[in-house]
Amino acid sequence: MATVTLVFLGKLADLAGVPEKTVAAPLDWAGLVSALPGPLGEVLQQDRTRVALNGELLADKTALAALAGDEVALLPPVSGG
Amino acid sequence: MAANLPSDVRLLTVTFDPAAEVAAFGAAHRGLGGLCSFVGEVRSDDAVEALELSHYERMTLPAMAALADTALARFDLLGLLLVHRSGVMHPGEPIVLVAAAARHRRAAIEAVDFTMDHLKADSWFWKRELRGGRWSWIEPREQDHGDLARWA
Repeated sequence: MATVTLVFLGKLADLAGVPEKTVAAPLDWAGLVSALPGPLGEVLQQDRTRVALNGELLADKTALAALAGDEVALLPPVSGG
Repeated sequence: MAANLPSDVRLLTVTFDPAAEVAAFGAAHRGLGGLCSFVGEVRSDDAVEALELSHYERMTLPAMAALADTALARFDLLGLLLVHRSGVMHPGEPIVLVAAAARHRRAAIEAVDFTMDHLKADSWFWKRELRGGRWSWIEPREQDHGDLARWA
């Protein structure tokens, strides 16, 4: 099956209950939001939560366009090294 | 030319010996003129039992390498060493080591300061701490972003 892998970083992994999850491809912003209901979806929509596609940070996460085999990372604000 | 200068950037999941790393770095830049190093370790105050840093494989190390390149381009350096831990650490264990070698002290000192400020404020690490048997996530500190403004 053609899927996109979602990777949850930091506290998002706790909210998701898993570090990763696969969803059907292709995946856009609306699809991502609907795939993550509840608190996870709320955090995703906060300005401070960033999204990366295959390791590249998206300047505008709502422009997400992920295809089969892609990896989408959800990045909460970093807490520093 | 700056981008060709030697940087040594590592992301480790096991503990390391900062003194040995600094000694090896100094030996690799013999006759350097000046070497400045900073070691950050897990504080043993506040009843923190352990600290866990998590990272994102596809972004954390590439961003650290990019930060090292930026520091090399900005300061007149002979070399830069950047070692950062991920995983679970206990009080007294090293988290980060930054060392810079330069012909003159100010470049070395400022490069370490610059690199640490950027590591603290915008590197891809997420931190949580264990207190009283409970893990809690550490939120970003405004101070870290204020520190970055020093270099704007």
